[in-house]
Amino acid sequence: MQGTMVHRLMVVDDSNVIRRRIERSQDLDVQFVGAARNGREALEMHATLRPTLVTMDLTMPEMDGTECVARLIERDPELRILVVSALADKLTAIEALEKGARGFLCKPFTDRQLNEALQKLISA
Amino acid sequence: MSTDTEVSVFLEAVLNYFSTTVQQAAVCGTPFLAIDKVPELSDYTGTITISGKYSGLVAFTAPKSMLCVMLMRMQETDMCQENLCDLVGEIANTFSGNARRDFGHQFNISVPTVTIGRKNRLALPAGARPIVIPIGWRNYSSSLVVHLQ
Repeated sequence: MQGTMVHRLMVVDDSNVIRRRIERSQDLDVQFVGAARNGREALEMHATLRPTLVTMDLTMPEMDGTECVARLIERDPELRILVVSALADKLTAIEALEKGARGFLCKPFTDRQLNEALQKLISA
Repeated sequence: MSTDTEVSVFLEAVLNYFSTTVQQAAVCGTPFLAIDKVPELSDYTGTITISGKYSGLVAFTAPKSMLCVMLMRMQETDMCQENLCDLVGEIANTFSGNARRDFGHQFNISVPTVTIGRKNRLALPAGARPIVIPIGWRNYSSSLVVHLQ
């Protein structure tokens, strides 16, 4: 019998408040596996946590989200990445999608918007 | 971009932030130019440096009590200094990032820097005339300072 896949979620954001909020607010059938404070940390943690689902901020110190998206997708093309960023211009969203992200959620967001965006990513 | 347009871009970002994140509307007072005096800062100030097509800064300054209530509204239970600094920086980042919808892709924003204390001063060039937008939320007073060239 084939079991249902439970997604493993990693949150990447330089804000602790946002990291904790995403962890707390998501009410889907996903397993939270860890959180990283920047792109460099996310790459390190990816190797051990093996997430299948990632929320990714863009403006972060050390390594920004756009570069991190590209490098994570290089390693794992199946990884589902939702960019969660305050950068609201269309070009930024397009750039992130071109690097391999599968969705874009603009900050500020409600719990409902977050869950809908994650659900869309899981269902796709 | 005219001063009026700049103000309206940030007003929209402020109103959207409060109604979305803490589900209670903020009220913006009449914006003014801080001429011949530096803008007053509150307990915590998050500042974003702007570069690219524009240069300058966007700063959000708020009292500790207001930030604590905002954290509570976000279901955060830990009101430590780290989270207060984090929140004030994240708010400044969100206002600035949202402004790119109107200012465009070349409106580059830095990661936030945070200062604690009312005696601090924003790093404004001599003769700067920043726009100050007073923000009321519940019974708290905060403000957004925008200086763009």
